[in-house]
Amino acid sequence: MSSPLSFRAEWGRQVGRTRTKWILGIVLALPLIFVGAFALDRGPRQGSQTGTRMVDYATSGGANFTVFVLLVASELLLVIVAALLLGDPVPAEASWSSLRYLLTAPVRRARLLTAKVSVGVVHLAILLIVLPTWAFLIGSLVYGTSSFTIPGGGALTLAELLPRLAIAIAYIFVAMLPVAAIAFAIGVGTDTPLAAVGGALIAYIVAGILDSIDALGSIRNGLPGHYQRSWLELLQPTYDWVALRHGVLWSILWALIFFALGWRRFARKDVLS
Amino acid sequence: MLALGAALLGLGLPAAPTAAAAAPLSVKAADLDVPVGAEPDGAAVSLDASVFTPSDGGQHPAVLLGHGFGGSKEDLVERARSLAARGYVVLTWTARGFGKSGGRIHLDDPAYEGADVRALVDLLGARGDVLQDGPGDPRVGIAGGSYGGAIALITAGTDPRIDAVVAAITWHDLAASLFPQAAVTDLGQTPAGAAPIAEPGPVKQLWISRFFAASVAGGARAGGATAGGGSAATSAGDDQLLCGRFDPTICSLLLPAAESGVPSAELLELLRAHSPAAVLSGVQAPVLLIQGMADSLFGLDQSDATARALTDRGVPVAQRWIDGGHDGPSSTATADDAAADAWLDHYLRGASPSADGRLPVPAFTYAGVLARRATVAPLFTADTYPGLGAGATEPTTSLRLREPSGRGVLLTPPGGAPASTTVIPGLGGLAGNLPTYQLAALPGQSVALDTTRSTKTFTAVGSPRVRLRVTSSASTVTLFASLWQVQGAATSQPRRLVAPVRVPVQPGVPTEVTMALPAATWQVASGSTWRVLLTSTDSAYANPREARLDRIEVLGDLEFPTLDGTPASGATTRDTESIGVAVAIGAVLLLILGSVLLARRRRAARVDRPELADVSLVVSNLVKTYADGHRAVDDVSWRAEKGQVVGLLGPNGAGKTTTIRMILGLIAPDSGTVHVMGEQAGPGSGVLRRVGALVEGPGFLPHLTGRANLEAYWRATGRPESEAGFDEALAVAALGGALDRPVKTYSHGMKQRLGIAQAMLGLPELLILDEPTNGLDPPQIAAMRPILHAYAAAGRTVVVSSHLLGEVEQTCSHVVVMHAGRVVTTGAVADLIASEDTTVLELGADGERAGTVAERLRAADGIRSVDVEDDDAHGRVTVIADRPRGQVVREAIEAGADVVGVGSRRHLEEVFLGVIAQAAHADTGESGGSSLIERLRQVRA
Repeated sequence: MSSPLSFRAEWGRQVGRTRTKWILGIVLALPLIFVGAFALDRGPRQGSQTGTRMVDYATSGGANFTVFVLLVASELLLVIVAALLLGDPVPAEASWSSLRYLLTAPVRRARLLTAKVSVGVVHLAILLIVLPTWAFLIGSLVYGTSSFTIPGGGALTLAELLPRLAIAIAYIFVAMLPVAAIAFAIGVGTDTPLAAVGGALIAYIVAGILDSIDALGSIRNGLPGHYQRSWLELLQPTYDWVALRHGVLWSILWALIFFALGWRRFARKDVLS
Repeated sequence: MLALGAALLGLGLPAAPTAAAAAPLSVKAADLDVPVGAEPDGAAVSLDASVFTPSDGGQHPAVLLGHGFGGSKEDLVERARSLAARGYVVLTWTARGFGKSGGRIHLDDPAYEGADVRALVDLLGARGDVLQDGPGDPRVGIAGGSYGGAIALITAGTDPRIDAVVAAITWHDLAASLFPQAAVTDLGQTPAGAAPIAEPGPVKQLWISRFFAASVAGGARAGGATAGGGSAATSAGDDQLLCGRFDPTICSLLLPAAESGVPSAELLELLRAHSPAAVLSGVQAPVLLIQGMADSLFGLDQSDATARALTDRGVPVAQRWIDGGHDGPSSTATADDAAADAWLDHYLRGASPSADGRLPVPAFTYAGVLARRATVAPLFTADTYPGLGAGATEPTTSLRLREPSGRGVLLTPPGGAPASTTVIPGLGGLAGNLPTYQLAALPGQSVALDTTRSTKTFTAVGSPRVRLRVTSSASTVTLFASLWQVQGAATSQPRRLVAPVRVPVQPGVPTEVTMALPAATWQVASGSTWRVLLTSTDSAYANPREARLDRIEVLGDLEFPTLDGTPASGATTRDTESIGVAVAIGAVLLLILGSVLLARRRRAARVDRPELADVSLVVSNLVKTYADGHRAVDDVSWRAEKGQVVGLLGPNGAGKTTTIRMILGLIAPDSGTVHVMGEQAGPGSGVLRRVGALVEGPGFLPHLTGRANLEAYWRATGRPESEAGFDEALAVAALGGALDRPVKTYSHGMKQRLGIAQAMLGLPELLILDEPTNGLDPPQIAAMRPILHAYAAAGRTVVVSSHLLGEVEQTCSHVVVMHAGRVVTTGAVADLIASEDTTVLELGADGERAGTVAERLRAADGIRSVDVEDDDAHGRVTVIADRPRGQVVREAIEAGADVVGVGSRRHLEEVFLGVIAQAAHADTGESGGSSLIERLRQVRA
């Protein structure tokens, strides 16, 4: 007899959902959309400045294309996806009325959350592996496999880049956890998945606005999302770990706080859905 | 404008409190007018001074604070207060020729500005609140930046009463600073100690212009403001106006040199005399030298030279290289001030300062490269300054230089314009985002010497050297060298400094030149490429105006002096953010652990009751009040035994569903317990495995088929598939082919049946169905009845909540009637609806009407009540009497009734309405009967 709501059981509840299929579809389509969009490029506009354009970096090879796709996606798409994957499972069950049946199956409340969170987190990790891999594949096929051109100047060979990219992906994964945890904490208290995802996004956007206020100084370091782009550091010729370390630590702190809040809230709440 | 020193250096910032410092004292400030030596023309001069004293009385050592060129004592107030609060009598003054002080600027002439400070020391020697080493000999330190730093060194060299010196971003030799020469004859032993050739270098045009501008602006201001401050602007001619408040002699020497770019011998001699270099032989006091790397005016070579001179004489010296200077603030200002405090504390307040040979700060501290996005540079220390005293000469690391770009040819444009822009003096930090390389490397006027990629990572500390062979078309070669880091297309200058050379040559004859690039610290990463950029002009200097062509050949490698300093401990380098967040994470983890343990203990506090092991369900004294104050369930107790089908009855809002949710652990009761088979049930308790439930409608994953839903549910229980009994459950659902369609296509009734089937999965011993007949049509309801009977008959228990009284009457063996959160009655259905004193008469159409019969019966003896139901075809009379049933029937027949049936049962509905009415009556004490219709409506709704 396996434990109630095993990882496999929860996996089965989530993978077949239209939502999951849509997310995967969008992630797979994204690189193709970019390839299509870049194909429409007619070269630099006349009279524009001589600086290198984003398009030229992105299309200079599979490696650059991958980094470009990852950068664009991590700005908002992956944030929404993370909020959806972690924020939606509990309110979705509540809105289907199936939550009470899971709890009386019986599945302990903590166990239910553990299963939901671990499946959500694994889904997020899989997407974060699929997206750059797929982008690299597409990019290499379309733009060739030249080494990575650093926007600030210099180049990294693929052998240099790939381990760094792996760390960058791991970092992006960790950096997405706070917003996912906020969505989760909101989600366990509501019957509407949209409230969880929307609430987390609003929190993320407000943090972004606060982050742009210089007067707040170093207080801003603690805002979720402040260090979100720090993985770009890894693509410099030389890099240091300070910002990455800060980003990871803050992300873990926020994720812990909000996951714990969600757990506590769900453990005590009266399930009325 | 040129408040050099104090403000820029950070000496104006409040000192960081150190552990050694006592609680800060409160400070009193007073202004003084100190008469000092007259000007050469006989004009009397007095200095505008302030004294800051700790207000605790007693004697304290004193500190003299000097300001930068163009500034005044006002720049020093903050720093003075912080020092006074540490327990010093602090004396600040505005130097001669500035601000409200009288006199003219003599550029730190030992005979004027030097004598002024000696007069200030005399003043301190006469004060009662200043600690005295002897009569007229106060315990006094002197500190200052730039102009004030030089006067600090000069005073220390001319007045033996000075006990400690902190000299920041200042000059050693003013001539070498204003006419710098980077062509060297000897590489020297120290990091920045190369010995230049005898020829003076090109003049720092921009800096000298700014000095004049500052002086003229200051002169105009002072001339208007003070009457006794000298006859500066009023009585003088235009020449005098041009010189501002400069001493006429100095002015007359400085102006032509600034205009021509070539200094006269007299000027060089005067500048050397107005330098610490001239008087260092007299310095006895320990000296802390703070010198900046963002300083295009007084480079690290200046403090290096002062340190060498003092160390040769055995004077204690410490050097500190910061990343600020005249071009920008130090990123380590707090630590810099703390070091200055430590220096003064040790030598002015230490127990026996001179006995202990150890320095209070490391002999050499230097700032590393500011990490990207960091705000404070890391600091490194060494016990000795390389090449000094016992210190070994600094090792070097070489990077091979490639062939120069453009075949090594560079042109000096006629007229000296356009000029390369490498450094914008005073604006080093602001120029950070300009495309500076394009401004520096003008085509045809520059030659780039690139290194090969570095194969190792090291820190360069000091002045990198390069050897060149120069062939020129003219007899004097002027070149400017700067060091850049090349990263692909981007070229950046980590230290915005430039080193000029001015070498006499024979036209067309190759001449070897060794160049010392500006001293600073660099982080040379493995794989990085560096570039020595040689330009023929530089906008900060006076450029030669005649056209010239030079050819450059590389003679050797680019040599970096390297040092492996110890990272300085302290707040500046510790990553407080990481530590803080890590601690917070630890605290959160502890909190989580604590609450998990607490929850576990709470779960362990559940009490099982083994004596109830044979009872399917016992609900004891349940109470639940919702957050809005509504008491939904109030002291509810009942039980369901094995084999029973228990109906939970009650109008809407009676608390049925809340009770069921509490049984299932979905809602936490405020008090009371639920025991299933003797085990206390609560959220997620294991005994719920033996309970199947349908609560307030079914819930399914809409994207899965009916069958997949049941399977998914069963998988969630974690129990083996063999226990599920899918076939029996699916038979109950009776969905046929619809079973393999997604649930979202189901009708309400189909979902309801699937929900009942799901509740029956695993054949739980207790089956709780909340309104199971919702959405079912009569045949389906009828079909459900035997299923439930059969289910309970096997020794299991079924609890059905419903408001369909007829349904409950036919299905249930027992009922629990709830009203307004309370249990109003419980018992077997048969007991409730049957009773000895009740006789139900079915009347045929042949006899009297039921109403007539009832009238007559009421008149008979021993009849308590008579109820009538009548329509055209049938009549029903319910009689409650104290007499035996036979007599009642006989009475009825006598009354003319056509009795076709006799029964003893009332319908449950009557019972139900009766008890509800009673309960309502008991609750309100009135209006029980009048609202009966209303209640009936509720029940039927």
